Amino acid sequence: MSNDSKNILQELETSDYKYGFVTDIETETIGRGLTEDTIRLISEKKGEPEWMLERRLKAFRHWLTLEHPDWAHLDIPEIDFQDIIYYAAPKSRPKLNSMDEVDPELKRTFDKLGIPLEEQMALAGVAVDAVMDSVSVKTTFRDTLAEKGIIFCSISEAIKEYPELIQKYLGSVVPYTDNFYAALNAAVFSDGSFCYIPKGVRCPMELSTYFRINAEGTGQFERTLIVADEGAYVSYLEGCTAPQRDENQLHAAVVEIVVEKDADVKYSTVQNWYPGDKEGKGGIYNFVTKRGICREGAHLSWTQVETGSAITWKYPSCVLQGDNSSGEFYSVAMTNNYQQADTGTKMIHIGRNTRSRIVSKGISAGRSQNAYRGLVRVAAKAENARNYSQCDSLLIGDKCGAHTFPVVDCHNPSAVLEHEATTSKISEDQLFYCNQRGISTEDAVGLIVNGYAREVLSKLPMEFAVEAQKLLAISLEGSVG
Amino acid sequence: MLKVENLHASVGDKQILKGINLEVKAGEVHAIMGPNGSGKSTLASVLAGNEKFTVTEGKVEFLGEDLLGLPIEDRSRKGLFLGFQYPVEIPGVTMANFMKLAVNEQRKYRGEEPLTAAQYLKMMREKSAIVELDSKLTSRAVNEGFSGGEKKKNEIFQMAMLNPKLAILDETDSGLDIDALRIVATGVTRLKREDNATVVITHYQRLLDYIVPDYVHVLYKGRIIYTGDKSLALKLEKEGYDWLINDYKEE
Repeated sequence: MSNDSKNILQELETSDYKYGFVTDIETETIGRGLTEDTIRLISEKKGEPEWMLERRLKAFRHWLTLEHPDWAHLDIPEIDFQDIIYYAAPKSRPKLNSMDEVDPELKRTFDKLGIPLEEQMALAGVAVDAVMDSVSVKTTFRDTLAEKGIIFCSISEAIKEYPELIQKYLGSVVPYTDNFYAALNAAVFSDGSFCYIPKGVRCPMELSTYFRINAEGTGQFERTLIVADEGAYVSYLEGCTAPQRDENQLHAAVVEIVVEKDADVKYSTVQNWYPGDKEGKGGIYNFVTKRGICREGAHLSWTQVETGSAITWKYPSCVLQGDNSSGEFYSVAMTNNYQQADTGTKMIHIGRNTRSRIVSKGISAGRSQNAYRGLVRVAAKAENARNYSQCDSLLIGDKCGAHTFPVVDCHNPSAVLEHEATTSKISEDQLFYCNQRGISTEDAVGLIVNGYAREVLSKLPMEFAVEAQKLLAISLEGSVG
Repeated sequence: MLKVENLHASVGDKQILKGINLEVKAGEVHAIMGPNGSGKSTLASVLAGNEKFTVTEGKVEFLGEDLLGLPIEDRSRKGLFLGFQYPVEIPGVTMANFMKLAVNEQRKYRGEEPLTAAQYLKMMREKSAIVELDSKLTSRAVNEGFSGGEKKKNEIFQMAMLNPKLAILDETDSGLDIDALRIVATGVTRLKREDNATVVITHYQRLLDYIVPDYVHVLYKGRIIYTGDKSLALKLEKEGYDWLINDYKEE
């Protein structure tokens, strides 16, 4: 390999996380550890009704009976669940009427992240429910949404204000019995977003939430619930970055999406949690359960760009319960240094004439390990199910790994299932060709990686696609230039 | 413009170039011919900076500067262009985006502002006309699924976009049908000016009907063993290389 590309690869391996900074905001936390009392305290601090506390306790008691899962292609250090702070909220939170009232320090943090929580958001047509640590700091444009009957608020608020919707839908797609982290989340979730689009309503703007871990040693247990009622449409964006840390931080979120008859939901994520340093020290453990259920004729599309976290364990899935429903999963997962990712999707075909499409693009650099894990299940009654899966891996350097674990479980002979997979490397010839046209190796790698991921990036909403392209280049960028 | 002195280069243990001397002045067209395996493509690659090859001896001056000390991309930005014999595919990256980055990197190197989208589109339209390149090709991924002819036209299109001082065309005529050959060669001729120079590496004299060379060099076993004018190419076409090679005794 040429010297130049060697240098670049070296720099890729040693590139630092660009969003590593800590915001100095007073934070109110409770002590470390997890007992029933911790859960009572969380529930009390949030002023929750009794039924919610009962749900949490039920989940906690179930969690106690579970063992930490070890089936993923991941090397997870033992996590001491008693050494985690389960609740942190920015202190003194008066009701705010405009941006001027927001803590200037907090505003600066958002600015550094390039998150424009300013009034310009209105022009961009994006409503942001900004989650700083665990409590929503500010929710914008709710009035505009309210006119259409759309509810977009924090899950804590929803528990108090829309108890009937929460009781009906929360845990209906991902029950607390689903897995270890789903149980933990159901017991201790701090906050998150709730979104409800009423029958036949097309949400007029992209809904987005920015998550950010801030207080040291605080686990984040976000809970998101999106419900699109019959014939409704919503495009939901979620993106996150976290400040640099020496200590591992646990992030175990649950996202549930209910797509009622003929409704359509598009869920896009850019995940850029702190990945740890170049020696593999620190970084976020990201153990997420994301799942949506599609009723008759409904459509759900997941698009994710995963570049952060020390360990990622995440399988956004579609349960195609209704006839003629369809699900899609588009993913770019990039790992560098010592990052590990085990990610993919599950497409569960239950209804007749259900269709699903999987496009997964893994990119491994440094000494990272990147695994695609997918399940396509066709139930006995799922006549005429159709799946197309494409799993590509791109390797940068010769110390990283790419793994693919596709599983097909088909119980109906009428199904048509296709699977394609490729593994490739960035070739020296490609780099030389770019160099010869005056493009530096670093830019060339960014260009080639973005070209490779294009099919997925093109599924993202416009402003997010631009951000994601930059993120892919940044995540591979060294100190050069 | 380009002055190559006693250039030696090897790949692994194998010595390929064994003392090349070549001077190219502004306004000139040089043709390099020679049997297979004589080192023609290696010479082109070494000048462009391909690190597969190691320069073991000699020096190269380009526009008064030591060329061999420059990184590949700076050689390009300074005005050295290599037309590839086998253009490389870059999936998912459109030709338009690829060239936009290349053109703007060159401008940045010269301290110029990047082109606006409108300026760039106009430039792309003009330049693609030179090689009769279907404008649809610029919205396709770099060389992906291009036919042999399209790939070569695309090389000349990139040459037109980057407007080099020195263009080295490595067997740009190979694999072209007669119409494509005419288009490519005419394109090269139209880009010819007083202040730039072209080095054409070819096996066939037919290309030189369109691109008329001032000098024709014969490269054999890593050395230029004979230099003549355009009539040399005609003679080679008729008589082959044997008469030259027989004269040449390896040391």
